[in-house]
Amino acid sequence: MNTQEKYTLAEQVIAHALKSGAQQVSVSIEESRSNNIEIRDQQIDRLTESNRNSLSVNLYVDKKYSSNSTNRLKKDELFKFVDEAIAATRYLAEDVYRMLPDPSLYYKGGGSDLNVFDSSIEAIETTTKIDLAKSVLDEAFNKDERIISVSSFYSDSLSNRVLVTSNGFKGDSARTNISLYATVAIKSDKGRPSDYWFESALFFDKLKKTDIGKKALERTLKKIGPEKISSGKYPMILENLVAANLLSPVYNSLSGNAIYQKQSFLAGKKDQPIASKVMTIFDDPTIPSGPGSRHFDGEGLAVIRRPIVEEGVLRSYYIDTYYGKKLGMDPTSGSSTNVVFKLGDRDMEGMVKSLKKGILVTGFNGGNCNGSTGDFSYGIEGYLIENGSIIHPVNEMNITGNMTQIWNNLVEAGNDIIEGNSNRIPSLMIDNVDFSGI
Amino acid sequence: MLYKRRDFIRISGITAAGSLMIPSLLQSCKGSSLSGNFSTYLDHFEVTPELLKKVIHAAMSKGGDYADLYFEHTLNNYSNLEDGKVNQASSNVAYGVGIRVLKGDQTGYAFTEIITPEAMMKAANTAASIANDTGKAIVENINEYTAPNLYPVVTSWEDTSVKDKIPFLERVNEKIFGLDTKVTKVNASIGDTTSYILFYNSEGLLACDYRPLVYLNATCVMEKDGRIENFGVSRSARMGSEFLTNDMVDTLAKDAVEKTNLQFEAGKPKAGEMEVVMSPGESGILLHEAIGHAFEADFNRKKTSIFSDKLNKKVAENFITIVDDGTLPSNRGSLNFDDEGNPVENTMIVKDGILTSYLHDRISATYYNVKPTGNGRRQSFRYIPVPRMRCTRMENGPHKKEEIIESVKNGIYVDSFSNGQVNIGAGDFTFFVKAGYVIENGKLTKPIKDINIIGNGPQALADISMAADDTRLSDSTWTCGKAGQSVPVTMGLPTVKIKKLVVGGINA
Repeated sequence: MNTQEKYTLAEQVIAHALKSGAQQVSVSIEESRSNNIEIRDQQIDRLTESNRNSLSVNLYVDKKYSSNSTNRLKKDELFKFVDEAIAATRYLAEDVYRMLPDPSLYYKGGGSDLNVFDSSIEAIETTTKIDLAKSVLDEAFNKDERIISVSSFYSDSLSNRVLVTSNGFKGDSARTNISLYATVAIKSDKGRPSDYWFESALFFDKLKKTDIGKKALERTLKKIGPEKISSGKYPMILENLVAANLLSPVYNSLSGNAIYQKQSFLAGKKDQPIASKVMTIFDDPTIPSGPGSRHFDGEGLAVIRRPIVEEGVLRSYYIDTYYGKKLGMDPTSGSSTNVVFKLGDRDMEGMVKSLKKGILVTGFNGGNCNGSTGDFSYGIEGYLIENGSIIHPVNEMNITGNMTQIWNNLVEAGNDIIEGNSNRIPSLMIDNVDFSGI
Repeated sequence: MLYKRRDFIRISGITAAGSLMIPSLLQSCKGSSLSGNFSTYLDHFEVTPELLKKVIHAAMSKGGDYADLYFEHTLNNYSNLEDGKVNQASSNVAYGVGIRVLKGDQTGYAFTEIITPEAMMKAANTAASIANDTGKAIVENINEYTAPNLYPVVTSWEDTSVKDKIPFLERVNEKIFGLDTKVTKVNASIGDTTSYILFYNSEGLLACDYRPLVYLNATCVMEKDGRIENFGVSRSARMGSEFLTNDMVDTLAKDAVEKTNLQFEAGKPKAGEMEVVMSPGESGILLHEAIGHAFEADFNRKKTSIFSDKLNKKVAENFITIVDDGTLPSNRGSLNFDDEGNPVENTMIVKDGILTSYLHDRISATYYNVKPTGNGRRQSFRYIPVPRMRCTRMENGPHKKEEIIESVKNGIYVDSFSNGQVNIGAGDFTFFVKAGYVIENGKLTKPIKDINIIGNGPQALADISMAADDTRLSDSTWTCGKAGQSVPVTMGLPTVKIKKLVVGGINA
């Protein structure tokens, strides 16, 4: 289905739903294609191809609401599907807060090209993709006698989507993504450590295609011989690759849903300090070729660059239309785009060099955070740092604390974000973290 | 998560399988030699035995060793209560066929969401390209495989309207609010799934399955002196709407209120290594994370699991026997046959302390030259099957719960969990404790909550020093994620003691 065909089908479904008793309707149709190639030990392990289509229809019927989706896209079947869904929706309780967004908040078009779609990727030959994955693998394969297994992956995807609402929104978007990934496992006296590296980009030409297998191997070799250390409070440096993991409970607590459900430790904290002054975060949907860049969100709301946290003070939540109405707050868009952390002056290595004693955390293993209270506990792996140098890898340890407390102990943000990632979060240094070990 | 979007299309007495969504246009199966149930499934997916063979021929045309077709039609419904009212519902329909070709341990895979001869032939040719040779013969006879039905349904979800679910959700709300004046919010939801599966492979095996699945979740929020605490509980099974009973709702509500209340008393333990006693039931998360994933044979075939060189070796005390069981009636983790058409069994993985079997899919069973164990599972027709757990549980041990707790001087007792994870190669595994107690001098004392526990798989298994005679299954809604695929699982454990794990907590 091309974009025009998607619009036509969406409009037909909306017209049918309105005729069948819905007062408001929104329909989105999404199509995605992807190719994945996995090479293991110089042989193609998996070749997979995926083509998906789906249509979602949100129905507002006599102040009652349901959302429905299907991948059966024949018009007659869709009409029956909608009729059944409308009949079922009538059984639900009324919800006066359910309605389409205020049309004045919709994206009206005219935005600049975000440059997030590479039309060339459909023409890339399978052999080119296989060769690329093989070259990634060759950077590590047989490069160390302790290697047990090396796998590399090529993956590309293309998706496009139209969204139409019965109160005047009509918009489409499309994006592409290409990535290369390598993972290496080695045999050691203590376990079989493995690690990975990847590069991703929205454009094939922009994708970094070298030093992926090599970095995966280097990262794996560094992990040989981990030791737990004594429990205690240590400064923590958090590698940029995993910094978003520690920030995710903050993000979960910024959503209108969590605030309304009383599962947010940030409810009622707007314009109050929630972190140290080092934390400044913007949500920026306008970054050219940003993986999270967009003109409008899933409801059709226009999105803009806005501060989330400024020098530790909470400035804005992620509020969609429904929870905005329930909470009496203006909708801001319910989902994040590119998360942009204000950068500091030096990279992770610079921070490591300055540390007398602490732990560099490079990976998380399980754990969770209680959204209501902000209490968290996570398994970690990384390295013991003493006098500015890495001493040995550590694993089988936990960090435990409270989100408000740990972010108030943020002392430094690095200048080293990972390109091609919608989370533009650098390496971070946090004081006084409770580690549990021996 | 897996089951967020639902379907509730069948609400007006339309009961025949697929008759609404998928008109049975083809009549060609009628009068063929296939028995009734198989014909129905072929009609449902609008295919004929001749077409199945033709597609398999195409899949094998470049020299693959094996090919299979996995047809799926899945209907999901979800209904949710918030603020005392069931005012939110969603539905999803997924329909398609996945085509897989194996060449040695290599896999070619493609799927189509449109089941026409042209679309299937195109997907078959894509999958076939994993091989690069001349075509091989396929088995021309169709062998109908009928497995015992582990999950007979009294009332199907297709015959159950959202209207029928509302009273149960409202009851959850009323009961929880009725049990404690501190309750300020209740969320409750029912999610049901119905899958029609038709499977055919190059060995001529034809199988079909009707898979129901349901869960009921409730989250209770309480406020006391300005503090807010919440706790979520759930039940799940492969059943029809007979799953929903007032008794079940009432125990669920009681459970939610008791556990939320405990949260107000709970704090964090001291950080560090200590003895850990695990309660019977959902502490089976220990088995799932510490050893279950590392026993999945794909990791062992690739030598990346920490258990790769441990087969037939002693890995635990003599009194420890652990199984991965796909045969429990109406269990969330059970299947009538696995997603590669293999019979599902109760697989002994540790017998009397010896590691006796990995968990196999078709590729790894061939690699190890053993019978498949029925662990080849996939999230849907869009995914390649890989070895996955079903219900992983430990048999009873020789000790008593009381003596286990009494034996601990300084440690913790843990009994509710939200999630876990494992690093297959290093062997480090974790689980997150939602509720438990400190043990001091053989007695449960202060409640604890929200801490992560981390250990090393082989070490933790060897460190299980006591196991009680009270083994129990968890019927909560466990979903296991691996390589981007989610599948429903369950677990079980008696009370056990582990000599030493690293417990998250506070340093003085």
